[in-house]
Amino acid sequence: MKQKFNIIESSCIPLPLENVDTDQIIPARFLKATTRDEAFFGENLFRDWRYRPDGTPIEGFVLNDPRYSGDILVAGKNFGSGSSREHAAWAIAGYGFKVVISSFFADIHKNNELNNFVLPVTVSEDFLAELFETIAADPKAKVRVDVPAQTVTNLTTGRSESFELNGYKKYCLMNALDDIDYLLEQKSKIEQYEKKSV
Amino acid sequence: MNTLFDKIWDSHVVDLIKDGPTQLYIDRLYCHEVTSPQAFEGLRRRGIRCLRPEKIYCMPDHNTPTHDQDKPIEDPVSKKQVDTLAANTAEFGLTHFGMMDPRNGIIHVVGPERGLSLPGMTIVCGDSHTSTHGAVGALAFGIGTSEVEMVMASQCILQQKPKSMRIRVEGKLGPCVTAKDVALFLMEKLTTSGATGYFVEYAGSAVRSLTMEGRLTLCNLSIEMGARGGFIAPDETTFAYLKGRENAPKGEDWDKAVEYWKTLKSGDDAVFDKELVFDAAEIQPMITYGTNPGMGMAITGSIPTLESVGEEGGESFRKSLKYMGFKPGEKLLGKKIDYVFLGACTNGRIEDFRAFASIAKGRRKADNVTAWLVPGSWEVLRQIREEGLDKVLEAAGFAIRQPGCSACLAMNDDKIPAGKYSVSTSNRNFEGRQGPGARTILASPLVAAAAAVTGVITDPRTL
Repeated sequence: MKQKFNIIESSCIPLPLENVDTDQIIPARFLKATTRDEAFFGENLFRDWRYRPDGTPIEGFVLNDPRYSGDILVAGKNFGSGSSREHAAWAIAGYGFKVVISSFFADIHKNNELNNFVLPVTVSEDFLAELFETIAADPKAKVRVDVPAQTVTNLTTGRSESFELNGYKKYCLMNALDDIDYLLEQKSKIEQYEKKSV
Repeated sequence: MNTLFDKIWDSHVVDLIKDGPTQLYIDRLYCHEVTSPQAFEGLRRRGIRCLRPEKIYCMPDHNTPTHDQDKPIEDPVSKKQVDTLAANTAEFGLTHFGMMDPRNGIIHVVGPERGLSLPGMTIVCGDSHTSTHGAVGALAFGIGTSEVEMVMASQCILQQKPKSMRIRVEGKLGPCVTAKDVALFLMEKLTTSGATGYFVEYAGSAVRSLTMEGRLTLCNLSIEMGARGGFIAPDETTFAYLKGRENAPKGEDWDKAVEYWKTLKSGDDAVFDKELVFDAAEIQPMITYGTNPGMGMAITGSIPTLESVGEEGGESFRKSLKYMGFKPGEKLLGKKIDYVFLGACTNGRIEDFRAFASIAKGRRKADNVTAWLVPGSWEVLRQIREEGLDKVLEAAGFAIRQPGCSACLAMNDDKIPAGKYSVSTSNRNFEGRQGPGARTILASPLVAAAAAVTGVITDPRTL
């Protein structure tokens, strides 16, 4: 959902697993929808880790653990690998996450998050390990993500890091603009390119 | 610099956004039924049309049943998605190869087969296996649905320029070692994130020696190392494959095109951000034991031990083996299996059926095995029949189904039941990929055939 980003301060939901692929984020059987119904995808986020086949919740899974809540998902390295399905980003947005923190994101999924106003924040392995420890010790521990300053801070330990975000995308996120809004303004450049490359 | 990747990328740059991504021109957009409906919906919401409808080709493949395609799809949700693509393409004036159209099949099999994917092009599709088309010497990569909408609206995409990597495989591949084994070997070496952020050029004598079908398989799996895409510089093998194909240039245009395509190679002085070299002789027939494609090993090998995996990643490793029902340190040769799947955009081409048939010939399918043999397109099925492979396979107790993505991701009825072992020529062994609870072992068509006729994991070199 298009929304303006600025400073986000929230507790986190930790998922300390590596190589979480988009088939786990949203299994293929939920890709048959023909509309972008984020609520539907959000309900089925991590479906097979979250619910048994009969629909009852699996107690051990973090999304079913009442200790954890917040706008920030913290995940192990190589988050979002595999299938390009944007449904994974819709599910994350639909569940209510605004930010995903990991030490490494798969390329396509990272773009998909950005295109859906979910901010992927890449941190160092050390920062991530410390953050998992902080959350384990205090599930209500907060993190601050400052988009204008491009910094992420573990408010419990005070540790802060800057994260990458190009100026264009930052402007888009802070002003709720998407790439298509931009591209539709570029028609003459596109036609010029086409004439030149015939 | 001066890599083939730079040449193709740079020649498609429309604009560079200050402190931002590149606006890149796209020559070909492919769409299937799963990742396009919300893009069409977006165009309607914005009240716009496709800027260059003639550059867009659409076909259903993920939901299509692999039997009775002449009848309506039984699953109403799948049917709706397939019908929605037909309606959208009609509304927006796009080319559509619908079910039962002789041009229909898995989008990544059809594109090269119809001569729609050509050297030097930029090609995208809302599907991570779009890297397949890189085999013809194109820059092809998977994108999300918002990006599909972007390309429909503007024939352009905004992307950060990836880094370039060259992977050379030098030497001669051993017996029963196929392009699939090369890819599984590379994934095992690089892991599923080793090439993230890169576009990979495959080179070296072992890569050059691959047929087009083999090259398509290798490039197909680039994403499983995390790569944005993978490609192979076009050469005589490429030109021989493309010549005469429906949408390839003809006559004088063909000669001109080939002249240009011959210039599409990395310079001798090309500098890559990363370069890796492997010895082809090191590569054995491969299988996977875990729940990501990087968890592979030589078919004769043993699953790593907990000690060798170490503390970091230990939890993911244990979770993975628990799901698969395997033990650390275990060998998999001789392990009983339940299903065999031949097909997918990875291994659903004529050469894959030839390979499978070469082992099935004169043997019988094992009684404990359910085998699904799914051609990648109607054209592949036509070739199978023309070459008489259908007769060979039927005599061995195998039936050939109708084309589609099928059990690769089980969006149609072809689902592997929970707990069952499937030796699969597809591309992903993720948890639940072939059906909730299904246990996938990725392998080449030769290894799949060896398992199908013996009922257990078998080294095809011993048959």
